[in-house]
Amino acid sequence: MFKYYGKYAPYLFLLPAGIVLLIFFFIPFFQTFLLSFQDYSSSIYNPTWVGFENYFKLFQNPVFYKVLWNTFIYLFVAVPILAIFPLFIAILINQKIRGVTLYKILIYLPVIVSIVVAAIAFKWLYADQGILNFLVTSMGFESIGWLTDPKWALYSVILVTIWKGVGYYMIIYLAALMSVPKELYEACDIDGANFLTKHLTVTIPHIMPTIALVTTISAISAMKVFAEIYVMTKGGPLNSSKTIVYYIYERAFENLDLGYASAMAVVLLVIVMVFSLLNIFVFERNKYHL
Amino acid sequence: MKRFFEKFSIHFILIFVSLLSIFPFIWLISTSLKGAGENIFAYPPTIIPADFTWENYVGVWQKVDFIGYFINSMIVAGGTVLLNLILSAMAGYPLARMEFKGKKIAFFSVLSTIMIPFQAIMLPVYLITLKLHLVDSVNNFAGFVGLIMPFAVSAFGIFLMRQAFLGIPREMEEAAIVDGCSVWQLFIKVLLPMVKPSLAVLAIFTFIGSWGEFLWPSIVLTKESMYTLPVGVNNLQGMFSSNWRFIAAGSILSTIPILIFFLAMQRYFISGENEGAVKG
Repeated sequence: MFKYYGKYAPYLFLLPAGIVLLIFFFIPFFQTFLLSFQDYSSSIYNPTWVGFENYFKLFQNPVFYKVLWNTFIYLFVAVPILAIFPLFIAILINQKIRGVTLYKILIYLPVIVSIVVAAIAFKWLYADQGILNFLVTSMGFESIGWLTDPKWALYSVILVTIWKGVGYYMIIYLAALMSVPKELYEACDIDGANFLTKHLTVTIPHIMPTIALVTTISAISAMKVFAEIYVMTKGGPLNSSKTIVYYIYERAFENLDLGYASAMAVVLLVIVMVFSLLNIFVFERNKYHL
Repeated sequence: MKRFFEKFSIHFILIFVSLLSIFPFIWLISTSLKGAGENIFAYPPTIIPADFTWENYVGVWQKVDFIGYFINSMIVAGGTVLLNLILSAMAGYPLARMEFKGKKIAFFSVLSTIMIPFQAIMLPVYLITLKLHLVDSVNNFAGFVGLIMPFAVSAFGIFLMRQAFLGIPREMEEAAIVDGCSVWQLFIKVLLPMVKPSLAVLAIFTFIGSWGEFLWPSIVLTKESMYTLPVGVNNLQGMFSSNWRFIAAGSILSTIPILIFFLAMQRYFISGENEGAVKG
């Protein structure tokens, strides 16, 4: 095809997006590393260069390990559930039954509602004399400090993230299920295979790439949780529900310790980049024609 | 008989899961409709209010500027959508259709932003926004620009549009150029109308994302009159400390606009055609 555009046209088209990405992505990206080598805690206007000191302090801080540990518990609990449960629901919805659209709408509803409203709704369920404790005590157990007991707080927050994610991943799985050849299921029916064998031998192997995709997406979003914690527990009690993004926020905007918070941001950046690289090069190669 | 039993159990499970999905909202609605004469901590809890009233909605409406929050959210979400459409379409076009020096670099630069979570770079983004005076302490307009700009374009949008332009037959461009169009006219008059479906998908998902954004506005906003809905709703907790009737009523009120939007656009969300079209 003949070249109908001028020499500069491609660059002019790219320019506006390029400027925004430069100012709000690339410069901040490198600046995060720069900030992590500076000390802002004595004066926010006159930071001093301190080399690796923020990192030394970070890796000697027991709270940081607690926060990292909490973040990994978040991953280990939320990710497997979000990879498996929505698939199960998607398989059920994919059967020839009535009312599919209504089920989809209801299960998807938590996805579109603001996380702040969702967190408030759960805070109300979790109230000391709330409806969940009514269920617990009427079954003969002691009432639980869902958000006030260090043993439970983190898991109570994780439940909100799971509840809000199920619909989203269900839709991704439903799209993947459409691509499974129908003949395979028919063959299974003729052989008299039951529900479980049918899906273990046909469905799961066929949509393995999607399961992997959901695993990485949900892992990355579990690394980034903030609003649930901010609205429900503020990371407490005793740091028991504090995860890394919340701790970055707290150190930066409450303690105004930007350097220290940036050192943590670098740690977050490294972890998320590993997940993303895995995602892009292993699962989404085709999407970007790599 | 076996088939009947199978269908019955599928419906049973799906109804149960649907109920779990909406129950937190049902309980919130129930609480918001209970009058002062009814104990909201009563054991056993009652879903249907005994002392039914709209008073909590009236009360919270009078004390909280929901219209203001709604307008702020509309300005921020509207501006974010508009900029995403323009910037993504403009950037996606040359990446799909033109040959130029540095194309590979441009492509991988955009791709690399997928790996950078906003949460990890938000501190410098905040400092830059302050330096550029894009905060509400300067004036409201600057405040809105500051809320919008960090999300004005995304790799997701650029790749979505690039994919859309790749699907247009080359003859379209040739015909337009032979007819005497300039590149710009070709882009605006011929190509953009052909990628409308992708623009719609991008608009809807950007809108939802921007509408629910909480972290960034809660960092940069200082004036209550600039609050977006999520920030305003979170603020209810402080305003009404333990008045759960008001907090519940306010939360439900704030959800109505996005609920209408979702029901009107539901096919975009649940059809599964736009899989992976979102956030991370």
